[in-house]
Parts: sequence; C-alpha cells; structure tokens
Amino acid sequence: MAATMRSISRRDEMSLAEPAALPVATSAAPRLHVLKRFSSRLKASLPAYFLLLPSLVFLALFTYGAMGRVLIDALYQRATPKAPVRFVGLDNISAVLTDPAFTGAVVNNLIYAIGTAVPSIGLALLFALALSRTHAVNSALRAALFLPVLIPMVAASALFLFIFLPNVGLLDYYIGRLLPVLPNWLGDPDIALYAIMIITVWKNAGYYMLFFLAGLQAVPEDVMEAAHLDGAGPYQRFRHIILPELKPTFLFVTVIAILNAVTQVDHVFVMTQGGPSNSTNLVLFYIYQQAVEHYDVGKASAATLLTLAALMGLTALSFRTMANREGGP
Amino acid sequence: MKLFDALWKDAPLATRGEITPKLGFLLTVLLAIVWLIPFLWMGVATLRPASDGINAMAELMPSLKPTLDNIRDAWEIGDFPRYTLNTTIICSGILLVQFFTITLAGFAFARLSFAGKTLIFYLFLMQLMLVPVLLIVPNLKLVAQLGLYDTLAGVMMPFFASAFGTFLMRQAFEAIPTELEDAALIDGASLFQRIRHIYVPLSMPSFSAFAIISVTSHWNDFLWPLMVINSPDKRPLTVGLSVFTKTAEGTQAWGTIAAGTLMVIAPLLVTFLIFQKRFISSFVTSGIK
Repeated sequence: MAATMRSISRRDEMSLAEPAALPVATSAAPRLHVLKRFSSRLKASLPAYFLLLPSLVFLALFTYGAMGRVLIDALYQRATPKAPVRFVGLDNISAVLTDPAFTGAVVNNLIYAIGTAVPSIGLALLFALALSRTHAVNSALRAALFLPVLIPMVAASALFLFIFLPNVGLLDYYIGRLLPVLPNWLGDPDIALYAIMIITVWKNAGYYMLFFLAGLQAVPEDVMEAAHLDGAGPYQRFRHIILPELKPTFLFVTVIAILNAVTQVDHVFVMTQGGPSNSTNLVLFYIYQQAVEHYDVGKASAATLLTLAALMGLTALSFRTMANREGGP
Repeated sequence: MKLFDALWKDAPLATRGEITPKLGFLLTVLLAIVWLIPFLWMGVATLRPASDGINAMAELMPSLKPTLDNIRDAWEIGDFPRYTLNTTIICSGILLVQFFTITLAGFAFARLSFAGKTLIFYLFLMQLMLVPVLLIVPNLKLVAQLGLYDTLAGVMMPFFASAFGTFLMRQAFEAIPTELEDAALIDGASLFQRIRHIYVPLSMPSFSAFAIISVTSHWNDFLWPLMVINSPDKRPLTVGLSVFTKTAEGTQAWGTIAAGTLMVIAPLLVTFLIFQKRFISSFVTSGIK
C-alpha cells in the first residue's frame, strides 16, 4: 500500500517536471493512469479540504441544506396542524399563487423596491458628488448621513413610530400645520407603504453613498479639468465623464438595494404588522406569518421558493458582477 | 461666502465660480440636518420630563428642566442589561467562530491548490447571493431538530461560516509575500504554525474590518432571533426593544421609548464616532454582508 502511494507521488513529481512526456511513457494503461493521477491529486488536496471543512459544514447545513429542505417542504402539507405530513406536489405553490395576500405582498414589494431603490440611490449620488472632496466639514456631513446605516431597523422604527404619530408626532407637529388635512401616516392604507419607504430611504442612502464615493475616486481629475477647459459645464461633465465611470457602481448598488427591499423589512414587523388591511404586507412578512402565525410550513416554504426563484435572475446578474470583483479563484 | 471659498480652495481654479456644485452642496447640508432630526428628537425626548405633556413631545427645543427619569424608567421596564448581555454573547460568539472558519478557508483559497477549487469557490460565492434571512423557515426547523430552539447558540449557528469573511481573508493572505512563509517552512514550522504566526498577525486590518461588519450586522439582526428565541430572558437588544416599544406605545410613554432606543444604539454610535474612518472603509468593502 505504502509502496503504491510512493510510486504515485513519484509519478506525480515527474508529471510536474514534464507533463507532456508522461502520457507516452505510461501509455500501457491510460485509464489506470488517469485514476492514479486523480487520487494523487485528491491526496495532495487533503490539507485544503481539511481547512475548508469547518466552513463547508455550516454552509451545507444552513445554506445548501436549507435550500434543499425548502424544496422538499414545499411539496408536503398537513390536513390539520396535528395530522402527519403528506405529499401534495405543487398544491402549496398554487395555493400561494392564488392567495390574494401573497400576490398583494408581491405587488407591495415591487412598489416598495422601486420606491426605495430609486430615491435612495439618487440621494446617495447627490451626497457623494457634493461631499467627494475630503476635508473636516465634508467628513462630518458624511458621518451624519451615515449614522442611520449603523442603527438597527428596529431602533429606527421606534423613532419613526413617534415621527409618524397622528396629531402630536414630529411630522404633524412641524409639517402637518401646513396641510389642510392631517394624513394618518401609518393608519391610512393608501399612505402607510410610502411612510415605511421613507424610513428605508433615510436608513440606506448613506450606505449607498459610500459606494459612490469610492466610485468617484476612479474619475480622473485631469480628464475633468481638460473637459472643463473645453467648455464643458458641471452638467456636461457629470453626464459624459462621471456617469459612465460610475456605471459598475450603479449596477452593484442597484442589486444591493433590491436585495435589501426583499430582506430588510424589520420595520414592517414593528410598526404595521403588514396592515392596515395588508397595505404594508411584504413578501418576507408573509412568509413569517405563514410559518409562525399559521404554522403552515408548506405554504411558507412554497413562498420562500418562489421568492428565491424570483431573485435568481438578479442573482445571476450580481453573480457575474461579483465574480469579477473577487477576481475569480 | 468666505466659508464657501474655504471649502472649494482645492477645486480646480476655473471651476470655483460654478454655481451648480454649490447648490448641490447646500441641498446636501439641508438633507444632512434632516437626516439628524430623528437622533436629535431622541436625545431631546429622552431628557424631557413627563410633566411637559404629550403636546410638547415633538418639540425639538430641549426642555428647560431636563430629567433622567425616562432613562430610569426604560432601565426598569425593559430588561436592557440582560438584552445587552445576550446581544454581546451572540455577536462575540459568532465572531469568534467566524475568525476560526474564515482564517482556515481563506488560507486554503489564497495559498493552496486543490482539486475542485473553482467549484468550491462558487459554492462559497453562492452564500453571498442567498441572503440568509430568506432561509429562516428551513433553518428554524433545523435549529429545532438540533435541540437549539430558544437558545443563543441557535441564533448564532447559521452565521458561523462566512463567504464574505473568507474572501476578505483570501485577499489579505494573498498580499503577504511567500518569502516569509518559505523562511518559516525552512525552520520547520507546521501549516498551523505558519497560519498562526505569519498570516494572522499580518492580516489584523482585515480582521478588524471584518469584525466591524460582522458585529454591526448581528447587533442589528431582528427577524432571525425573533423566530428562534422564546424566553424573555434570552432576547437580544433588537427583540427586547421591539417588545418594550409595544408596551410603552400603549401608554404613550414616548420619552421612555426614546430613552430605550438611545440605550440600544448608544454603544454602536459611540464606537462609530471613535473609529469613524475604520467603520467607513470597512463598510465600503462589505458590499453584501
């Protein structure tokens, strides 16, 4: 046994020295050779596998395994909460798709995604352009705009609960006086979704600003100056030099903003519980409701599966972007 | 105008007269003030005595008779010391295990060649895409099966492996000259000794960047602990604050809510103000947490 191993490793050394000559030398048993080469490569890989094992165990349990379990759970259902699970095929999926609460949540989530991504990215770009030069004043302003990023969404919700409080809250106290009718920010089904969007924009714009600030570093100063000498005004310089340079940043930030619109919805839990009349129900809250409040793991898994699938397109996109960012293996 | 000139003194000479950038700057200053208002209100309301009445609650001018009653009330109603302890345990537990897993995996990707490297690299990359919070339902089931429902370990476990951290460490390790390792190799240092005594000490900036991202994101986690934790004495700060807010909202105790919120975010804000530069550069590297 030990002898074969030694011969394998010696052959491996040879192959490292002159890889082209080897197939000719061992042409007697090419298949065996491939096998041996494979096993020797595997043996050489063992230390790496050993180092990767702790990470792979947890990834297997909580990422890949979780995906597998969602797939299976989505195919089973209980007749009553105490009954044993039975295979129902795609029934859960169709039940979710025909559930007006789910379709409503999807529509809400789309509005929420666009309504939070566009303003927060726009503001982030404005902040970054205005504060791109580093001096004490700008650093302080950046820090002020970045503060909401640090605090938990739950804490932000606690503050905005009062800001949106009818009549005595901060918003009504200062701005409400100017309006003829005071809106019930969180109580009106037509307004509540937009009210919680404000929190998200407030919380995320400073985060996206950082990426634009980093992106602006790549805009060459001399090109800007040359453009100016050629008579390009601030808008033209922005449109034809800065924007093209920031294109990758835009793509990256948009992906993060959309992911956040699906996953960062703690304020719905604290402030509105999806209400009034489901107007702020978002997909993740729907999943939570099905799993925790209705004990319906089948439906919750089906909704998770659909959400994961919907994010796949986005995933593929960001996958490519990020593979480029990481520089490949 | 003098102030403006000072702010633009390093801009190209000819562009200093332009008006659009200055308007943009003014707008940003205004918005930065708006951005700070919730924090300002939190501070003012915390110190406002209940005797000022509900109608003065929104007033941003500090009360003339500041009081610490709200902080005392919040401290007594909510179990904040316990919540803080739980959150600290969760964050440091996650971070410690992550340091271990990402160092080993990062080293494997940076310095070793092995069969299936590309495949495993993409397996890691996939974790960056599959935002863990979407997998709460299957993961809750698994945590329950492992007997970890309603335990802090159950809250921590899904985050023990970190693709983001692994890539960060890979990058840091790749930047370390191989000559150092070769020298240690000649002296007979084992794999673990080389990692422990050469790679880890030279990668401290990356470790601290990762620590900032990891701790802030898990300090702020809400939905996952909400699902895993059932007993009140195991709640982390976020879950504790949401329960506390619900209770105090019923009695319209907004000063107490402000005080409770302040207590939850104060540790993060203070740390940020001290290590501002480091925080900002870490968040830039974070992309997706």
